[in-house]
Amino acid sequence: MSELRQIAFYGKGGIGKSTTSQNTLAALADLGQKILIVGCDPKADSTRLILHSKNQDTILHLAAEAGSVEDLEIEDVMKVGYKNIRCVESGGPEPGVGCAGRGVITSINFLEENGAYEGIDYVSYDVLGDVVCGGFAMPIRENKAQEIYIVMSGEMMAMYAANNISKGILKYANSGGVRLGGLICNERQTDLELELAEALAAKLGTTLIHFVPRDNVVQHAELRRMTVIEYAPESKQAEEYRMLAKKIHENKGNGVIPTPITMDELEDLLMQFGIMKREDESLVGKTAGEAVLCA
Amino acid sequence: MSLTTPAVENSQELSARNRELIEEVLKAYPEKAVKKRAKHLGVLEEGKPDCGVKSNIKSLPGVMTIRGCAYAGSKGVVWGPIKDMIHISHGPVGCGQYSWASRRNYYIGTTGVDTFVTLQFTTDFQERDIVFGGDKKLAKSLEELQELFPLNKGITIQSECPIGLIGDDIEAVAKAKTKEFNGKTIVPVRCEGFRGVSQSLGHHIANDSIRDWVLDKTAGKEPEWVSTPYDVAIIGDYNIGGDAWSSRILLEEMGLRVVAQWSGDGTLKELERTPKVKLNILHCYRSMNYISRYMEEKHGIPWVEYNFFGPTKIEESLRKIASHFDDKIKEGAERVIAKYRPMADAVIQRFQPRLKGKKVMLFVGGLRPRHVIGAYEDLGMEVIGTGYEFGHNDDYQRTTHDAKDGTLIYDDVTGYEFEKFVEKLEPDLVGSGIKEKYVFQKIGVPFRQMHSWDYSGPYHGYDGFAIFARDMDMAINNPVWGLTKAPWKKG
Repeated sequence: MSELRQIAFYGKGGIGKSTTSQNTLAALADLGQKILIVGCDPKADSTRLILHSKNQDTILHLAAEAGSVEDLEIEDVMKVGYKNIRCVESGGPEPGVGCAGRGVITSINFLEENGAYEGIDYVSYDVLGDVVCGGFAMPIRENKAQEIYIVMSGEMMAMYAANNISKGILKYANSGGVRLGGLICNERQTDLELELAEALAAKLGTTLIHFVPRDNVVQHAELRRMTVIEYAPESKQAEEYRMLAKKIHENKGNGVIPTPITMDELEDLLMQFGIMKREDESLVGKTAGEAVLCA
Repeated sequence: MSLTTPAVENSQELSARNRELIEEVLKAYPEKAVKKRAKHLGVLEEGKPDCGVKSNIKSLPGVMTIRGCAYAGSKGVVWGPIKDMIHISHGPVGCGQYSWASRRNYYIGTTGVDTFVTLQFTTDFQERDIVFGGDKKLAKSLEELQELFPLNKGITIQSECPIGLIGDDIEAVAKAKTKEFNGKTIVPVRCEGFRGVSQSLGHHIANDSIRDWVLDKTAGKEPEWVSTPYDVAIIGDYNIGGDAWSSRILLEEMGLRVVAQWSGDGTLKELERTPKVKLNILHCYRSMNYISRYMEEKHGIPWVEYNFFGPTKIEESLRKIASHFDDKIKEGAERVIAKYRPMADAVIQRFQPRLKGKKVMLFVGGLRPRHVIGAYEDLGMEVIGTGYEFGHNDDYQRTTHDAKDGTLIYDDVTGYEFEKFVEKLEPDLVGSGIKEKYVFQKIGVPFRQMHSWDYSGPYHGYDGFAIFARDMDMAINNPVWGLTKAPWKKG
């Protein structure tokens, strides 16, 4: 058995982290890798394409029912899906109550203590939106994920989130071994998207590991609660995910300590690509209609 | 004692010596800490408006502070003594468990049936309550309290730290259960321990919760009782060892009617009726000035500070309180003073010869660092150093009226500073709390706990003064202090 490799997918909410990660991991499973997915989002939707189910019972909900997490067995929380990919969902409270971050910490500790990582080649953490608190930084802390892949797009807020996540990685890079594996651009068809993503990757000291084009087949597969890899293995999109999987697999040990940039630098980058006009303060706070009048 | 320290005759020399001492003690700290702590240490100068020290500032990391937290200020001090309400500690079990019944707030009632002061109630948080929120558990707990203790008059929810972090909506739970329990008073208190720099903010938060969830709720309702021109409320007496009782009898003897005690041996009804009194008389200024000011502003009730430690201050205070009333009460005050003076004199006659000239150093909480000075002076003793755990500048202003020129002042004293000060000044008695007691007794210095009255009391009023005098004599003149040196090391 090869050494356990732990990776994590981070990125702005709604960017397609779960879809991208499940497709990539399904492709990795096709390559013969034994995989464990740990969903770290209270929404618990990190494993539905692998399991073909709506929502998996989560560690935290089962623990709450049983009394405490000590009352659970690993079999209670782990489900097996496509190509023997093992799946667990951390789960968490409904929005607006409790502490989801603490839930992530509890779940990951439970999995480690109960040997969930034994006999596995890959552990993949799928983490919600932004690193909002210490709990959601758990997967990037010491002895957890070695490489982080940030899913982003050419939209300003996605890039902003990618930069923020890099700050989180930087914070833990020196105390633990976490590194930035690279950016994955999930195409949104914004202006100069590929170039912008590559430029941001360069600024962060990493590479754009793959540019995943937009394709409606992803949507078709999702409606069937399947990955594209399983639903349409011959499709062009499936080939894209296989390429991404291969790149990640070969990227072992190539992670970097990121060099996050300031908000100003990020805006400068957008200006460079003509997305924002340089020093055009007159546009700030103007609606599209007003901007036309000004021009 | 006092053999190594040369007798200091005048206050100028005293001030100079104390300033030198501060310099010396500060030397142990790193530069940054010296700069910060220096502002909290000073010497009282006569004529100055305050004691020249900074206060109510965050304690330094690394030092041993004697302070408590906001939860302690609300649950332990202000709310806890209200005897017919249940005060549930919302959060993990420790905060309630380790502060359980430690404040000696005496009360009358059948514990567990209609009074609950010495019981400990907690929602006992587990991991899942943190993750999923504790609202549901709190709601369930309130239901159980209502079922198990149907004679409770109300419930307060005392927030521990995690509640503020996970954002439990305790206000919504309180409102829902108030409705469900036919209008029962249920008070959510946001006294999470991490708020503020000491227990002081907890007092303020608790005062505000009484304002918002008790006084404002009952405002406008017809009172169920007939008021008289002589109704007063005792504010800021926690009935430690029966303090409020030995105070109350004096007020009643002078012709006043005490309709509420805040909060020692107090009830919810007493809180509710207070906005109808004629005068609020305030003992612990620090912990209850907020609600007194509020009632002054909103209900036009004047308030007066008083001090019932030792006959000198008691006489002063009785006259001060009486000055707010007619001649009948003024005469009443004189009658009370005349009646008790022989008793006070007898106490002084008996104990002063044994205590005269003895030096005391204090470090206590709310009002005692200044209020007890008069009682010691009545016994011929001298307070040479004092300080507040959580006082504000207005406390240090008030202290100038009680402490003498040249008194050493230490705000939020650290364990190290206190030990060094005592070592150098060699007082005959130290008065502070349980954490300090054994340190000083092991050094060989007589000690009295001045928070809990060392399991004695009351110390308020004339009755209390007799007990106070006896206790100080017991501590200082205990023959055990002559036995602390091994015989072969003597002489």
